[in-house]
Amino acid sequence: MSLILLIEQVLNGLQLGVMLFLMAAGLTLVFGVMGLINLAHGSLYMVGAFACAAVAAATGSFWLGLAASLAAAAGAGALVEITVIRRLYRRDHLDQVLATFALILIFSESVRWLFGSFPLYLDTPPLLAGAVTLPGGIEYPLYRLAIIVAGLVVATGLFLLIGRTRLGVRIRAGESDREMIAALGVDIDRLYTAVFALGAALAGFAGAMVGAIQSVQVGMGEPVLILAFVVIVIGGVGSIKGALIGAILVGVTDTLGRFLLPIAFGAVMEPSAATAIGASLASMLIYILMALVLVFRPTGLFGAGA
Amino acid sequence: MSRETALNAALLLGLLGVALVAMAAAEPFIVTLATKVAILALAGVGLNIALGLGGMVSFGHAAFFGLGGYATGVLASHALNYEPLMETPILIEGTTQMLVIWPVAMALSGVAALAIGALSLRTSGIFFIMITLAFAQMIYYFAISWPAYGGEDGLSIYVRSEFPGLDTLDPIQFFAICFALLCLALLFSAMLARSRFGLALSGARQNEARLRAVGIGPYGVRLIAFVISGMITGLAGALFADLNRFVSPSMLDWHTSGQIIVFVILGGVGRLCGPVAGAGLYILLEHNLGGLTEFWQAPFGLLLLLVVLFAPGGIIGLLARGRRHG
Repeated sequence: MSLILLIEQVLNGLQLGVMLFLMAAGLTLVFGVMGLINLAHGSLYMVGAFACAAVAAATGSFWLGLAASLAAAAGAGALVEITVIRRLYRRDHLDQVLATFALILIFSESVRWLFGSFPLYLDTPPLLAGAVTLPGGIEYPLYRLAIIVAGLVVATGLFLLIGRTRLGVRIRAGESDREMIAALGVDIDRLYTAVFALGAALAGFAGAMVGAIQSVQVGMGEPVLILAFVVIVIGGVGSIKGALIGAILVGVTDTLGRFLLPIAFGAVMEPSAATAIGASLASMLIYILMALVLVFRPTGLFGAGA
Repeated sequence: MSRETALNAALLLGLLGVALVAMAAAEPFIVTLATKVAILALAGVGLNIALGLGGMVSFGHAAFFGLGGYATGVLASHALNYEPLMETPILIEGTTQMLVIWPVAMALSGVAALAIGALSLRTSGIFFIMITLAFAQMIYYFAISWPAYGGEDGLSIYVRSEFPGLDTLDPIQFFAICFALLCLALLFSAMLARSRFGLALSGARQNEARLRAVGIGPYGVRLIAFVISGMITGLAGALFADLNRFVSPSMLDWHTSGQIIVFVILGGVGRLCGPVAGAGLYILLEHNLGGLTEFWQAPFGLLLLLVVLFAPGGIIGLLARGRRHG
């Protein structure tokens, strides 16, 4: 195992982590502000990816596709919030789980109906094709590097938005006392729709970016959704900082586990068994990480309380 | 007899009636559908103990359903190739006897429920939902990446397991087994709900502080209920594998967890026969909508959404016009 390979894997883990953060940020924001558990968040990721792939295929421009993904996911998010989610804020978690599960079925089948069951492919934009040489002579795909940078830029923007702007003040106020900010004259319905659409746009952005590395297909949002749940359980529900640290922790652990565990087992047993055991254990690694975090901190690393 | 009791009896007799009429009309496919309803309802009866009685929103019951299924599949595959499952420290051989497979499936899912429940019950609310979901996914990914028992492709079971004195390959006889187990589980669950343990469990759901005040710790009560719940769902998984003569990671998938929750809620949370009504309606819709359109899950999702938003008591709640239990 060479050091260069290891650094590449760390970068891959970082890229996964940054994408997970975009997903987890929306989930945790919606939960923190509105107390709503949204299983259909992965569907918005899928909507973003499909919108990007379809528009990029029609126009030939990845960038138009990216813009379309943001618009489509935010639009779908706002629509869903106004028609369905709004009725669920005061319901218990069970109703929220069930209704958003129903939304997944509706989204998945509608997308399957529109685009068919076969995966779509999205090419990386020419501007970001090829590889760059990093310090130390490491060749790394430019596109993946761009994802890391874009994710970090969005993360910074989100922190500034929540911490420094008027909308952010309202979001944080809505988190601690809904009645009070409504009494202060903030249109709480519009605020919630805006927060939900923002979370949806982040998920759509993640979907579009990842669409160029993986295939774009129905059901692609669900594995990511589960990972994002693991992230916010580790980070602490409602905490954006927790989401960022949890996401990078999960991304790096998962990627390095898949890379290192088979090698580690290979040192003590025959190669085929080592690959099998290493791979199965690696796929469970982040759940083991989550269990460990919960044993010591039942509300997550940065969670205030469940 | 209350309206709900009458409804429960009608549901069970209806299910039995459908199977018998279908057999008389030589429609084995309908008998198989009825068997599927009985098995899925059994899984729902298991979940209902955690969800309805205990108020624990487990989104990970697919884990127990799938483990039960794999118990059948793995034991059957070892019985077929005469390779013992384990030689040291004790010899464990494969088997195709239901009477051996069921306790194994229940023990396996019970142990898993004990481990998952012990960790998950340290938390509550939304954390509990997500953690049970994540643990189930963990087992799902394990099954996918473990090549010895088929990995992603799943495991075929060449011969349906045997039950002494019956021909399990005859659809109506296999239905009889599943239906009898469903009735037993319903009886058990009704007795459990009325027992002192059931009252304590209900107390843990309604008011934890009061339960503590009478000297009962909610954690232990919930954990035991979670294990019982997992075991019943595991038994249903074992039957489901036998029904399809196939087991695959999709039984462990979180969609399966969602579906089992759907049966319970469609029927009515905490209602004794809620899962029977829910599973029955689900299969009915799958069969009929599925014949109309390939994309049947979209209208089904819409229907589900309407039930959640406008009929919180589920079908039984709607028909019996009673309030939701608790």
